[in-house]
Amino acid sequence: MPSFLILEGLDKSFGSQAVLRNLSLEVNAGEVLALLGPSGSGKTTALRLIAGFEVPDRGKILVGGEDVTALPPEKRHFGMVFQHYALFPHLNVRENVAFGLAGRKLSREETARKVADALALVELPGFEARRVGEISGGQQQRIALARALAPEPRVLLLDEPLSNLDPTLRERTRRELLRAVRRVGITTVLVTHEQEEAFHLGNRVAVLHGGVLHQVAAPEELYERPATRFVASFVGRASGLPGILTADGGVKIGDAIWKGLPAPDVGTAPGTPVELVVRPESLAFSSEGDPNALAGRVVERRYAGSMTFYAVDLAIGREVEVLAPANAAAEGDTVRVAPAPGGLPVRIFRTVPEVLQLEDNPAGPPHVP
Amino acid sequence: MNTRQARLAGPAPYAAALVCLLLAWLVCYPLLMTLLEALGGPRAWTLGHLGDFIHRQDEWMALWRSLWISLASVVLAGAIGVPLAFLFERTEFPGRRFLGAVAALPVALPPLVGVIAFLFLYGESGFVSRAVQGLLHLQDPPWHLAGPGAVLLVHAYSMYVYFYLFVRAGLARQDAALLEAAASLGASRLRTLFTVTLPLLRPALGAAALLTFMTSLASFSAPYLFGGGFRVMTTQIVASKLNGELGLAQVETVMLAVLAILALAAMRRVEGSASAGGATGVRGIAPARRRLASPLARGTAFVLGWVMAAILLLPHAVLALISFVPPFTWTTETIPPVLDGRNWTALVTKPEHLRPVVNSLWMAVAATVLAVVLGLAAARLAAVRRRGFLAGALEWLIALPWAVPGTVFALALATAFGVSQPWLGRFVLIGTPWILPLAYLVRNLPLTGRGALAGLRGIDPALEEAAASLGADRWRRLGRIVLPLLRPALAAGAGLAFITALGDFVTSVVLYTYDTRPISIEILSSLRLQDLGMAAVYGVLLMTASTAAFLLWGRGEAR
Repeated sequence: MPSFLILEGLDKSFGSQAVLRNLSLEVNAGEVLALLGPSGSGKTTALRLIAGFEVPDRGKILVGGEDVTALPPEKRHFGMVFQHYALFPHLNVRENVAFGLAGRKLSREETARKVADALALVELPGFEARRVGEISGGQQQRIALARALAPEPRVLLLDEPLSNLDPTLRERTRRELLRAVRRVGITTVLVTHEQEEAFHLGNRVAVLHGGVLHQVAAPEELYERPATRFVASFVGRASGLPGILTADGGVKIGDAIWKGLPAPDVGTAPGTPVELVVRPESLAFSSEGDPNALAGRVVERRYAGSMTFYAVDLAIGREVEVLAPANAAAEGDTVRVAPAPGGLPVRIFRTVPEVLQLEDNPAGPPHVP
Repeated sequence: MNTRQARLAGPAPYAAALVCLLLAWLVCYPLLMTLLEALGGPRAWTLGHLGDFIHRQDEWMALWRSLWISLASVVLAGAIGVPLAFLFERTEFPGRRFLGAVAALPVALPPLVGVIAFLFLYGESGFVSRAVQGLLHLQDPPWHLAGPGAVLLVHAYSMYVYFYLFVRAGLARQDAALLEAAASLGASRLRTLFTVTLPLLRPALGAAALLTFMTSLASFSAPYLFGGGFRVMTTQIVASKLNGELGLAQVETVMLAVLAILALAAMRRVEGSASAGGATGVRGIAPARRRLASPLARGTAFVLGWVMAAILLLPHAVLALISFVPPFTWTTETIPPVLDGRNWTALVTKPEHLRPVVNSLWMAVAATVLAVVLGLAAARLAAVRRRGFLAGALEWLIALPWAVPGTVFALALATAFGVSQPWLGRFVLIGTPWILPLAYLVRNLPLTGRGALAGLRGIDPALEEAAASLGADRWRRLGRIVLPLLRPALAAGAGLAFITALGDFVTSVVLYTYDTRPISIEILSSLRLQDLGMAAVYGVLLMTASTAAFLLWGRGEAR
């Protein structure tokens, strides 16, 4: 698929603080790309650069081959849905939705039809005469989407579009949002700090941290093959274990040797110190006699309905999280932890340069949800 | 996030510099010229005028009087305003809402109009004085409305409203849970008042006290008409100028300006600490009003409330009444013997009576329109720029004329625009019709500019960004989004600016010419000619306009 929106090496600083460093991204036509990251990761700045509300210190933004880097927002012909919607409070729904049609020299009937179409698209037909203040939060969100889509923009930008809704409403609105965006088939960039939202809405997800792009990939790949330790811990739940590569392709952790793990990307030289990043579901409680299991004690049991998480304090001085049946153990029990049978996904990172450099962030340890 | 609003604003830097320069020329330059000329500069530097000031006893007396009158006004206004605020905010009795609104009325009375209303009521031949004289069969009027007592009376009447409004707002913001917490910890109502309620009111009390202090420091009408030989700084400046001692007047002006600017700086600190150490973050529900249970208490509050309303409304009523007294028909009677509409007819039919109204109207309209445009431009530039030197300078420039007494500005403008030095930006405007609108414009800037700035800061920057992303350029954003959203704030600012200019006396008395005499000057000359009826007619005009603008302002604030 051809890349429609291209970001090339964008840098942005506010004062002495670098907010984005060398960000390059390509978004395909009709694709929904989610920018995911904790607060302060630079994702909102990236979106505002695309929208034209900020100018990059360096780098280029291209849309359909046109360089728009220096173009002011009103000339970019992008649609944007703001976090707090930014509906014009002194205008009614019709005037809000028709606002972007003003420069088009449309007849009154054409404008009315386009407004009606946009409202039908977000499943709020007949809302034209309502005042903005008298409709609910979810409806405001959809009106904001209709307003952004009415002028048929080249790119749709969504800034945390669901963060203002209460959780019960959020999932329903998310599905409606996705339906509308898919129906239009518009190239979309979405900013969110919620992994679930990014995975649901995005064809691909770009993970940002400390102003640096860590990985762009489809949700499955992001979860199963995270490119950096930050991605591994920010996307889904993960624990880290220190190990050393052995000659026969295993990893020695404490006294245990784990085998049959995915090959590390960083080479297989024996003796290399590595960091294993494991998902709770790739670990299991093992029998007493298993020599390759790690001893530990359950310090917390968290029952979450369909699953139960156990925090285990290992004898090697690390804490891991294990997914197991609800009756597998109780708090205070001594247990042994080993890789689950067929236990993907585990990622093995080298604990030296390359990857570390990327993650060596002055902002401190990555935030683990 | 102060990193927002970066790009959209982007009016070229020269626009900001230009507005800044224009404001500096209007606001700072005259003050600076006054300071320079007070020191004899730039040709013949001298400390002579300063020496005159320092060596004259009456100068120090005037300075001291300005200070103590202002402090006494603060105490008196607080003593009236704070209990009233508690009464109307914390208790419930019949008529509370109506009376609570009436209690704010004096703030809507232009100073000069309030002063002449007091003259008509409590002056030697005023209604109340005559009534008391008649009742007690006295030979002479029972009192003289003159000296510091009279000045303080007027100040207390017009300035308690600051305490009343600020403390009421402060009380309404307080969280009932705090009082309940104090009670649950065993504190008596009295202890709660002194350890919880009043400390929380400190910002409101501080702001009201400073506002009263500064208004009182700048007060001119009351000391001018009632002071007699009791001169304060404002009247001293005008007297010095009339005596031809311009250098001395300039030194006095500088002294008063310094005092006012110090007070403004103090005020900003109070405002700053109030917003910094404000609340606990959570805003609760204001305590319920205590229904006065005993019939005696209810009756007392009711009667006292209406007596208070009567006292507060008397000045308005007496103005309206006297406006129907034909000239020279009322001499010694307690009640005017003849009432008819002759004065009002004369206002419309006689050109020399209508002239001041027309003058005041066009000058106030011109000054207001310009003040709105300039205030809005400055506010927009100050609001959209990242906090930097220029934004800070703009904010100071639009706030300064508010803090500096009108007399100071009048004299500064007379200094700066009394000579022709076009290359220095000085033109002879004194004696032309342009000096008064210019003076009104400068004095109005804070009303329109600060209003616009507050309004702009209240608008979510995302709204303008949304408009931009929908293709609206700078002018369409201004016309379709910013101005409509700013309309209440602009209307309120313009309304206040208009009535301030319409009723202005302080600057007019220094700068007017016969052809451009405004309403206030005509009131004064009517009084001198003993034409009380005509003076009252003008007073009623100003009072009505002010009350209307005040109501508009209230609506703007409420939004």
